[in-house]
Amino acid sequence: MIKLASEAEATLSSFYEEMRDKGAPRLRAAGWASFSESGVPNRRVESWHYTDLKTAMGRPAPLATASRAALSLPRAHDSLRLVTLDGVFRPDLSDIARLPDGVVAQSLRDALAQGEPHVLSALASADIGAQDPILALNAALMQDGVVIQIAPGAAIDRAIELATLASAESAQSTYTRALVMLGEGARATMIETLGALSSAPAQDNSALVLRLAPGARLELVTHFSGGVDQAIRVASLLAHLDAGAMINSFALIEGEGLNRRQIFARLDGENAKAVFNGATLGRGRLHADTTLIMDHAKPCGESREVFRNILDDQSVGVFQGKVIVRPGAQKTDGVMQSKALLLSEQAAMNNKPELEIFADDVQCGHGATCGRLDKDQLFYLTARGLPRREAEALLIEGFANEAMDAIEDEQLRAFLSDRVSAWLSRRISR
Amino acid sequence: MLEIKDLHVSVGEREILKGLTLSVKAGEVAAIMGPNGTGKSTLSYVIAGREGYEATTGDVRLNGENILDLDPAERAAKGVFLAFQYPVEIPGVATMTFLKAALNAQRRARGEPELQTPEFMKRVKEAAASLGIAQDMLRRPLNAGFSGGEKKRMEILQMALLQPRLAILDETDSGLDIDALRVVADGVNALRSPERAFIVITHYQRLLEYIRPDSVHVMAQGRIMRSGGPELALELEERGYQDYIAQEAA
Repeated sequence: MIKLASEAEATLSSFYEEMRDKGAPRLRAAGWASFSESGVPNRRVESWHYTDLKTAMGRPAPLATASRAALSLPRAHDSLRLVTLDGVFRPDLSDIARLPDGVVAQSLRDALAQGEPHVLSALASADIGAQDPILALNAALMQDGVVIQIAPGAAIDRAIELATLASAESAQSTYTRALVMLGEGARATMIETLGALSSAPAQDNSALVLRLAPGARLELVTHFSGGVDQAIRVASLLAHLDAGAMINSFALIEGEGLNRRQIFARLDGENAKAVFNGATLGRGRLHADTTLIMDHAKPCGESREVFRNILDDQSVGVFQGKVIVRPGAQKTDGVMQSKALLLSEQAAMNNKPELEIFADDVQCGHGATCGRLDKDQLFYLTARGLPRREAEALLIEGFANEAMDAIEDEQLRAFLSDRVSAWLSRRISR
Repeated sequence: MLEIKDLHVSVGEREILKGLTLSVKAGEVAAIMGPNGTGKSTLSYVIAGREGYEATTGDVRLNGENILDLDPAERAAKGVFLAFQYPVEIPGVATMTFLKAALNAQRRARGEPELQTPEFMKRVKEAAASLGIAQDMLRRPLNAGFSGGEKKRMEILQMALLQPRLAILDETDSGLDIDALRVVADGVNALRSPERAFIVITHYQRLLEYIRPDSVHVMAQGRIMRSGGPELALELEERGYQDYIAQEAA
């Protein structure tokens, strides 16, 4: 039957045995079958060429079994927080009772136990992202997470934070999945926080599934932080946009370890609009991979991707972006741009932009560059009195700002600017 | 204010300045004129401290202090200002943010207290108004997408804000129409003071009709070939630079 090639896959198989009867059996079985075809991806798998997960993972860390009891979590912004800690949704650490009218949240575990068909089908990632083994593995092994439903027409002003955190003192694996369904015309702002509170090398596989009904609008800020050298974090974002829906998203990746953010987005209705921007602040041996598939399935869609990789020390950046325009998706307008700034001799960037266009009346473009700080700009700033390191910091900040320009929520924008400033201050002071 | 003695400068393998000597007193406006490719911009870069423009021999003293070993930021804090021929575009950095960072970096370097936002804003707004710079331009990224005239005005705004001791204007007239030239010249003239010196680098006499120099220096082949009063500019306008090029060949 299925031939499992390695010790890693044998361990994962034992995880599957543990999880297969924990709700949504068909979804899990489909995920496991899909994963088993390819196993943990190595460099020979094209979409994983720059991130050798198999080597990094080695033998998978044990499946997380317990979530730390009491914990005080600092708040970085004024948001309503929903916390998944060590693979378990934690109502006690979450602001469930304070959620505004029009927002209903429950744990994934409860949602799977209830088994409502519309939730189960929304959770599945059968169409986009179906080819990705790690996303399939997430479906097979999902332990917990959160399911949020936002009522049609609801306008949620206060940001809702989905925090997925690791706190265990020894290495463990977590598989979490969150689902956010925005009803017709609903509007919301969300923060996806992926962080580590301990120095154990966690192996976290998370997925966030977004379903935007016609006319729904979502602003999403994602923040990767924390981690240690040996930690692995793969976070998948699946976004389905119906007609006239809009997503405006920005991700900041910092911290350490191996990080991969994969975005599978599909414009399933006409006149949908998607913005996926991001910036990476690389230091130490951070490995930050952003892999994106932007799928235009219906006419008159618009997509924008602006990525900025700032790479110091031995950090490595990866950007793989593919824009697909399906037959019939006429009047598609897509622009994808990835720029990298290398701040040290050892830093490296891998850029791989692609277009696959099967319609004839479209406007699509992409650009990718990789370079160092500009000497003319540096001289100009230092000649005005800025010490060298401060001049560099200002240029780096400006470079990052270009990807942050589209963020509308001022509080989130300020939060991200502060993160960039903190990263730069550390660079100036050492 | 500024004393340059027997300055030799090479860029890469090529010697550009070949024994340049020049003296500019406090309160003086010195014009440096000369044909293309004689090292006028190189001179401005050497004074400002650009990397790659190293003096092999010679001396550049500002108020008696040798500044050749200082980095550009240290020189700026001591009062050196270069208005660039081609101001550099800095995407993603709001003009206002840059102005405040530059001004306060200089103040810190001189041991002066940093300017707080209200006082800073007041100064910027006053300077911008006098140069006809719209407020919304100050919120845009520095020089990004600015017209040639806007960039030059922004240089003068920075000069007005930073209040340098020695200002070098490198071909500030290039690319300016006559109205913009007048605005820029008025901005410079407003800053003339007994404590401040200017070096005005230009090809053409035209700018000097608006910014009246105290001394005029002809530069060719990496040296100052002749110095004189304002009348020298008129003579150059009439006869061109042929005498100086011929002199070199002979």
